[in-house]
This record gives sequence, C-alpha cells and structure tokens, in this order.
Amino acid sequence: MQRYSGFSLVKHALSHHENWQRHWRNPTPKKEYDVIIVGGGGHGLATAYYLAKQHGITNVAVIEKGWLGGGNTARNTTIVRSNYLWDESAALYEHSMKLWEGLSQDLNYNVMFSQRGVLNLGHTLQDMRDIQRRVHANRLNGIDGEVVTPAQIKEIEPALDTSERARYPILGASWQPRGGVARHDAVAWGFARGADARGVDLLQQTEVTGFKILDGKVVGVHTNRGDIGARTVGCVTAGNSGVLAKMAGFQLPVESHPLQALVSEPLKPILNTVTMSNHVHGYISQSDKGDLVIGAGIDGYLGYGQRGSFSVVEHTLQAIIEMFPMFSRVRMNRQWGGIVDTTPDACPIISKTPVQGLFFNCGWGTGGFKATPGSGNVFAWTLAHGQAHPIAAPFSIDRFRTGALIDEHGAAGVAH
Amino acid sequence: MFHIYCPYCAEYREEEEFHPKGQAHIARPADPTATSDDTWGEYLFFRDNPRGVHHELWVHAVGCRKFFNITRDTRSYAILETYRMGDQPSVTAESMILAERDAECGVTSTATMQGVPS
Ligand SMILES: Cc1cc2nc3c(=O)[nH]c(=O)nc-3n(C[C@H](O)[C@H](O)[C@H](O)COP(=O)(O)OP(=O)(O)OC[C@H]3O[C@@H](n4cnc5c(N)ncnc54)[C@H](O)[C@@H]3O)c2cc1C
Ligand SMILES: [Zn+2]
Repeated sequence: MQRYSGFSLVKHALSHHENWQRHWRNPTPKKEYDVIIVGGGGHGLATAYYLAKQHGITNVAVIEKGWLGGGNTARNTTIVRSNYLWDESAALYEHSMKLWEGLSQDLNYNVMFSQRGVLNLGHTLQDMRDIQRRVHANRLNGIDGEVVTPAQIKEIEPALDTSERARYPILGASWQPRGGVARHDAVAWGFARGADARGVDLLQQTEVTGFKILDGKVVGVHTNRGDIGARTVGCVTAGNSGVLAKMAGFQLPVESHPLQALVSEPLKPILNTVTMSNHVHGYISQSDKGDLVIGAGIDGYLGYGQRGSFSVVEHTLQAIIEMFPMFSRVRMNRQWGGIVDTTPDACPIISKTPVQGLFFNCGWGTGGFKATPGSGNVFAWTLAHGQAHPIAAPFSIDRFRTGALIDEHGAAGVAH
Repeated sequence: MFHIYCPYCAEYREEEEFHPKGQAHIARPADPTATSDDTWGEYLFFRDNPRGVHHELWVHAVGCRKFFNITRDTRSYAILETYRMGDQPSVTAESMILAERDAECGVTSTATMQGVPS
C-alpha cells in the first residue's frame, strides 16, 4: 500500500498527481474464503480491516451488492458521540470513540474526524431531568459530559435562539466536547483500502441471494456471480438484514424504515458544533464545504425505497427554524433517504444466529455511523473467536427472549 | 405522500391523518400463563419485515380514530388494498406473483390499485 504523507504529496506533484496507486484491487471471487462479510458499508469494511489487522485472518471477502459505502454509510449526517445512558451501550460507543480518536493515523487516511462537540438540547423539565441523569451516568462511565445552561449554550453556539421568546424555550443541554463529525465516505474508503492492502477481497456488484446451509451450519453463500464457500459468514447489511435473515430461515426483531436527511446551499461558517434536539426533533451541523447538514425523522411505515415522505421534511425544517430562526430563508439543495434497521430497544444486534457459523451485526438503526470503528472491531473479534466479544455480549439476539433489553430510546438521537 | 382510503370513512384522506402501527394479523398468545418466553418474545418483537408485499395495521388518528389494515408494497410504496379489522387480505405476496404471471400471459390482473403514492 502506498502511504500518504506530506512528502508523497510533494513527490506526486512533480508528476502532476497522475501516478497515485488505486485505493483497492477489483479481484475475481475465489471459490472459498475463511470468512465472508456480507455488506460493504462502513461496519462491514471495518470488520474486514480488523479481522486482517488484529486477528491475522486475511483470506476474507467483503461482498457488496452495490458499491462500497453506498448504503447508510454514505447517507447519514455523520454525528459521532458516545453519551449513551446504559453501561452496556456506553461501553460500546465509547470503545468506538477511542478508536475514532486515532483512526486517521491508524488508517493512514484522513477521515476528517472533527471533535467540535455535540449539544443535546432540553426544552422541558423532564428533558432536563433526563439530561442530568444521562450526564451523571456518562461521567461514572468515564465519558466526558456536562450539563450546560442557556447562557453557556449561547457561548458555544451563538446562532441558536436561546431566548425565552422561543415557542419551546431551551432550558439547558448536555454537552459532549469530544463528540463531533467525520467524513463518511472517507471512513468507508479508509477501511476498504486498509483491508485490501492486507489481502481482503472487496467484491462489488455482487449480491448475496441465499445461504448454503448444511446440517444447520453455514458453508457458503449464493451470489449473482456464483456460489462462494465459507464456514464463517458475518452479515452487516443494515436495512436489508431482515431480507438476509429470511434467506437463512429465521426472523429478526428488526424493522426497516426510511430515514431522510437534507443539505442546504453552502454558507460561510456559521455553526461551531453539532446541535440535536429530541423534543422539537431536528439535528444540524455544518460541513466543511459550508452546507447545513440536517437530519430528519423516520417514516413510521416499513419501506425499502430509500426515500421518505415530504411531511417529514416539513416537520424537520419547522424544528430547525424553531432552533435557528435565522435559517428561515436558507435554500435546501439536496434531500435523500436511507433504510434504517430499527430494533425495539434502539440498540444494535451483534450476535450468533440459529445457523451455526452465521453471525449478524445489524439493528444500528438511526445511529450507527458513530459506532463504525467500534462495531467492526468487536465484530471481527466475535468472528475470529466464534463467540461474542465481551463488549458485544449484551447485544445478543437472545435479549428479545430473555427480556434483558437495553432501552436507549432516550439517548438515541431519533425517535422511533 | 400517501393518499389513503379509510374503509370506515369510505374516503381518501392524506397520509398526515394516519399513523402506521406495524405488522398486521399478529395473534396474541391465547393462554399467557402457559406461554414460554420464546413465544412471548416472538409475539412482542420478531417481525416479517418483507421487501415486497406487507400487511400492516394503520389508525385513522385524526379522522374516525379506527384501526384498519393496508396491504402495501414496501419497495414501490404502492397501496394494493385497504380493509377493515377482522377481514382477511385479498392481495398477498403469492397472489401478486400469480397476477404477474397472468399479466405476462395477457390476462388482466384483478388486484385493484387503491391509491398510489406520488
Ligand atoms: C439519513 C440518515 C442519517 C443518519 N445519521 C446518523 C448520524 O448522524 N450519526 C450516526 O451515528 N448514525 C447515523 N445514521 C445511521 C448510520 O448511517 C448507520 O447506522 C450506519 O451507517 C450503518 O452502517 P452499515 O455499514 O451497517 O450499513 P450500510 O452502510 O447501509 O451498509 C450495508 C451494505 O450492505 C449491502 N447489502 C445489502 N444487502 C446485500 C446483499 N444481499 N448482498 C450484498 N450486499 C448487500 C448494501 O448495499 C450496503 O452497502 C443515519 C442514517 C441515515 C439513513
Ligand atoms: Zn376513517
């Protein structure tokens, strides 16, 4: 792998940047691999990267039906934070946060991780009680967090309407300074490049259409490019996980919903941080290009259409104007949807399944981008050892039968 | 945006008047005390989540406030039929496959479209 550095930049300038190496190969599928990862989003690619890097398992294929990172990985609003309420999820998202903090160096790829801080606003007394509880819980778990007053919020984000005139006045917020945003494409590409360099085959335009199962054990997958063998298969297919589970003969506690986002025309720098509000329901940050990046709510119905209802866009913009009246005349540029895999407790599923050798990593729903490195890291361990990584163990599918749910509806950014 | 036919109001109304409530026709275990954790778990949490024809419960929240069912395609979002509580769907994944096969042979489909999202 060609390494990137200031020196290589200067060197390639001499040849007009025409001789840079391709990021990854475009290999033909082998007959058999040690491990197959289905789904070439950030989580699947991170899994392959850590399998190769930390467990020395390099005879691996990532099978992607479209292009790398073209699913929710490239459709999200890129918010990264780890201020979740319960110990189990706090451990998972904080594990991820620590990996984010060294990710560009580790991958030798600039993922543009920017720790500009995240505000979660409170507009009611109950909001403020929940925020206080969550911040205390975070601090007990060694996660940075503070409860801030409207005056402090005004200093952090002057464009926010913190006055009492607002229809839903801001009473305070939780503030996680280590939170922020990252460049989603770069995250997928960085993991893909690192995995490819260690020998992982990235098979794009290859769709898994079924599983080969023998005596209750997985032995491979059917694809539109022929059958490929493997005794360990990890499915990381987000919104399509229910479809894949059905192919393997079981159901998941997952429902697929459209979730939308939109960006405005580029503006001069106006937002310092990431602002989220559960109560008026909107979240916003500003990209380095200058566009306002705005996240909407999910549509309540099931949908695989990668688009959502206009009414949701309207409600979202109402919320944004409620928080930032000065944006009322900003023009929106683009709008799109992703298919998010929601679970009943707003927590992911990282788990064995009824089929031996077949594992699922899904259910990240509306908030899994922030977990990309951590999810890949613990899932790689899980596939390498054939049993759940200690951080992943509480996220087993079994919790929907034992009742040991991890209710993160409060800390998950989007109501569902 | 959906334009939904409420089988009780017998009128088409806008999506905003309705709320989706998930998969339809899920029977509550008849004898709760004799129901295993597995069966309760399945009943409460596990869902079909199909990419294709889906039978789902909706409520006409700011209209007549009655619950009813919709058969809808989760890919195209086309509403294939709406029907009252207690009724069974006339359009199913299987009937759609048969209708498609008939259409290919030149037979016209009997499945009526009751409101297509724009
Ligand atoms: C609008 C929106 C905003 C969001 N905002 C945030 C946010 O601010 N912060 C945050 O943390 N999270 C956010 N999320 C959630 C986040 O995007 C996802 O949880 C995360 O990106 C999931 O990554 P993934 O790699 O698991 O899935 P994906 O990137 O969706 O990858 C799954 C891949 O599997 C492939 N696949 C599916 N079926 C098959 C098959 N049969 N064969 C082969 N390949 C297949 C797909 O093509 C896809 O590329 C948001 C999501 C959306 C839609
Ligand atoms: Zn009605």
